[in-house]
Formats: sequence, structure tokens, C-alpha cells
Amino acid sequence: MVLEFFRKQKYIAVQPEPVNRDIPEGIWVKCSRCNEIIFNKELDKNYKVCQKCGFHFRTSAYERIAMTLDEGTFEEMDTELLPVNPFKSAEYEEKLKAARKKSGLSESVVTGEGTLRGFPVVMVVMDSNYMMASMGTVAGEKIARAIEAAVEGHKPLIIFSASGGARMQEGILSLMQMAKTVAALDKLEKAGQLYISVMTDPTTGGVSASFASLGDIIIAEPGALIGFAGQRVIEQTIRQKLPEGFQRAEFYKSHGFVDMIVARTELNSTLANILELHLRGEK
Amino acid sequence: MPATLEFERPIQELETKIEELRKFSTEKGINLTNEIAILENRAREVRESIYGSLNSWQKVLIARHPERPNAYYYIKYLFTDFMELHGDRCFRDDPSVAGGIGRFNGRSVTVISHVKGKDTKENLARNFGMAHPEGYRKAIRLMKQAEKFKRPVITLIDTPGAYPGMGAEERGQSEAIAKSILTMAGLKVPIISVVIGEGGSGGALAFGVGDRILMQEHAVYSVITPEGYASILWKDSSRNREAAEAMKVTAQDLQKLGVADQIVSEPLGGAHRKPEVAADLLGQALAANLDELVGINTDILVANRYEKFRAMGNLAGTY
Ligand SMILES: [Zn+2]
Repeated sequence: MVLEFFRKQKYIAVQPEPVNRDIPEGIWVKCSRCNEIIFNKELDKNYKVCQKCGFHFRTSAYERIAMTLDEGTFEEMDTELLPVNPFKSAEYEEKLKAARKKSGLSESVVTGEGTLRGFPVVMVVMDSNYMMASMGTVAGEKIARAIEAAVEGHKPLIIFSASGGARMQEGILSLMQMAKTVAALDKLEKAGQLYISVMTDPTTGGVSASFASLGDIIIAEPGALIGFAGQRVIEQTIRQKLPEGFQRAEFYKSHGFVDMIVARTELNSTLANILELHLRGEK
Repeated sequence: MPATLEFERPIQELETKIEELRKFSTEKGINLTNEIAILENRAREVRESIYGSLNSWQKVLIARHPERPNAYYYIKYLFTDFMELHGDRCFRDDPSVAGGIGRFNGRSVTVISHVKGKDTKENLARNFGMAHPEGYRKAIRLMKQAEKFKRPVITLIDTPGAYPGMGAEERGQSEAIAKSILTMAGLKVPIISVVIGEGGSGGALAFGVGDRILMQEHAVYSVITPEGYASILWKDSSRNREAAEAMKVTAQDLQKLGVADQIVSEPLGGAHRKPEVAADLLGQALAANLDELVGINTDILVANRYEKFRAMGNLAGTY
């Protein structure tokens, strides 16, 4: 393995423009910010953060769970819930099939329970590999159930949001998932349970305008796109180009809507600290 | 006469002809009663046939009709002693949202609504009913005030969507909408939400978490505009008619989907043709629903509201 790593390094060194070369998928990846060619295994070791420029690559739901929870403690919930096609659209059926193939998931959200440095938590993770992690009725149902599990189990809730917004193919029913998930959060709020919202790239539309914005503590990953309206829509409306950094995590924090921006490499210890500070003698 | 929509042309042509005959008859002193009656009969048939089989896109056009009565019209017509209250106590007063206290059937209620303008000038002032975060925050303030004084809340929904602008993002459009939904979900007074025109996306839902969701007969409610749906999913915004069908946006669709509880009838051709009739019908529906809701114990009311939204989307009861 080490040998292979050096051999590849050498190979790159003799190429004048490594970024334009075909990169064998699955072994190397190019950083979309600094163009550094990164060995996949190295990237995984560094929580999928570019060591050169700090760019945070998107993670899959299971990668996120592995980075966050104590090894082997995650118990997934509601795996039997499969997406529905309420209007029986053939086009949507195809999209669902393609999304499943691309992501290896049955829906855009993975939910379950586990421990984080020993603290029991309920965890929700959205996976942008599945239809941009849009929220349809089943995604909404899984999230609502996870919130209810946190209420019933008296456990803190951590949601890792990533989403392009509502699942348009499910029409008004997808919009209603915003109300469904938020109503469940109202129960959590009244039960006095902790909810940590982690906004990852991208957290937009109906997801940012519902549960993602309602954490007791809101954390964002560096550079994550966060906002309600899409950038193209805003540009068309105001008829001008948006400034650099608009709707990024740093912008959102400076405007007062995010408590802190935490690099992924520090996220696990930050979450553990927050959980520790909220202990009420339960551990 | 209201501005004519494309599909209303045959009706308008007949109405113009009848008008001409009447004028001719009076001017020349010729009796044309029979001819006029025949044409009027024909006009009625055409009206019933066209308005009785509106497709989704035609409904969108009626819901967006520039002369459709806006929230102020209904507020002035239905609520006595209405007193508008302004501002979010934080940034400014958003003219896209109106709220206040009034009397309805002898009962004090809080009314919150989106407001579209009646003409271009007012629409510019009211930003075409597209609220900024401060509009939602004004609404949240008034909802909490209603809860404190145990007043039922009536929300009137009529917006293309929350405003997609820089200031709106800087001031937390997402957070404002999310908080409005949260506030409604747990509010300890009855809430009736009525879609009176266009219910567009999260900006509409921010006022839509009611114990009862009513929709006027020709109102529409959707996750995104048909134009937006067509442009994002099909990269072709001209396929808006198809999108309106595919998305299921009409009051009739939403009742089937379990989102709208009740459809409030409108005069033939839409509320703008006889606004007073539309307002009377809306008043009757509000009164009936309010009478039922005020009798319900608060904890049960909030629990029922939870179950209502908790079940949204579970069409076949599969989970
Ligand atoms: Zn980099």
C-alpha cells in the first residue's frame, strides 16, 4: 500500500498538468478548491478534508456515522421504510432507481442510535449522494421518527443536514414534511431535550427552513452552502451577481444564524464537549 | 369587467356581443329581448362548461388573477373593528405581511396574512406578497400575543413564496420560516389557515400549520411554482402547464391528498367576479370551523394538530 502510494506520487510528478489527466476513479481524487490530487485513503484518514487547503469534501451518511459515533455502536432505525411515489410518476421512479444505485441507500436519510464518546445519542444523517438529499415523505417520516425516539428515549439528538430542499416530485406532500419534522422538534423542545444541528454542504431550501435552523446549538462545517433560496434564483431576482462567499457558513455565522464553525477534524470532540456540558447526571 | 384570461375569451366575446345588442336596442328603440336571451343562455352554458372543467394551469391563473380579492379585502369585509398591528420589534415592518386584531362573529381573533397589491404600485410596495424574514417575525410575535390573550388565530395565505433576495438571506429567511412553523405547531389557541390565492412553498407553509386548512375553490398550493418545477426538473420553464398537472396543485387535488380539510366555494369563474359572494362564503366556512375548534380542550387541540401534520404524506397508511 505504502509502495503504491509513492509510485503514484512519482507518476504525478512527471506529469506537467496532473489536473487535466484522467484520474482513475476510486484511487485518487482532485480537490475541487485547490486542485491538489489526493490519495483517497489519505483523504478518508483526514475525515475527507483536504490537507493542503482545508476543503471539506461531502461525505456519505455511513462515512459520517463512522466519523462521529463510537465504533460498532450504531443501530440503524426504520431501514424497512422505502420511498413512495405518490403520483405514480414513471420519471420519478427512474430517478429513485438511479439514486439508489448511485448512493447504495434506499432513501436520502439514515437514522439511528449509538454512542458518541460514550454518550448515547439519536443521530440523523442526510446523504447528498441520494437525489441531493431532498426531503420527500419517507425522509420526513424517518426524521420525525428519530426525533420522537429522542423524546421517548430521553436522548440528545444530532442532525447532520445536507439537502437541496424539498423533493419536488412528491409535490405538496414534500412541503408538508417541513411541518411534520418541526412539529416533532416542538415535542423535543418541550421535553427539554438537547438538539444539536450540524449544517453541512449544502443545507438549503425546505431543510434549512425547517429542522436544520432550529438546533439549540447550530454548528456549520467550513465553507458549507447554507441558505433558503437558490443562488441562481436570487441572481435572477435581483439581476446582479452574488458576492463571493454569499450564503456560505462563514457568512451565515457573521449574520448571527450559526453558533460556530467547526472543522470536521475537530467536530467529534466539539460534539462530545457539548454533550458533556448538557449532562444532567444521566451518564 | 375583470381582466380576461386567455381561456375566458369565448365568454368575453359573448358578453361583449350581448352588451352591444343591449346598447343597439336602447339607442334604436328596437326590441331585441329574444336575441339577447338566446345569447345570455349561450353565455351561461359556455361559462359553466369552461369554469366547470378548469385544468390545473387555468386554476393557477385564476389564483394569481390581478383582480382576485386580496387578504385586505376579506379582512375588511369579515372582521369588524380590525386594528392592524405593525412591525417585528427588531428590524422593520414588512408590508408583505399584515396582522392585527379584529372581531369575528362577536369573538376577538388575531388575523395574519400575506398581502398582494391590487395594482402595480401597491404590488411594488408590498413586494408582490413575498415576505422578508421580518414579515414572518411579525407574524410570530402576533401569534404569541394571540396565545397570551387566548385569541384564535386566522391566517390567510396568498404568496408566490418567500422573497429570494440578499437582505432576506442576510436576515435569516430560513430561520424565520422555521420559527414560524415551530410557533404554530405548538400554539395553544385554535388556528385556521386559509389559502385564498397562491400558496407558494415554504413562504406559504410558514402561515399554514393550522388545525384546519381551508382552500378556496380556485386557490392553489404547491412546493414550488409550476414554472420553477418545469425549469428545475425539465430545464424548460415553458412546460408550466404540464408541471401544474404533475405537481397536483389545486384545492381539489390537495383535498384528495389529505392536505386541505375543506374547499370553500367561490362564485362561478372565481372570487374576483363577485368578491362579496366569495367573502360571504369564506365567512361562513370560518365561522363553522371556529365554532368547532373553540370548544376543544387546549391540550387535545395541540395533540390533534400534531397528529394531523404527523400523518401528512402517509397516503396509504403504509407506515
Ligand atoms: Zn484542497
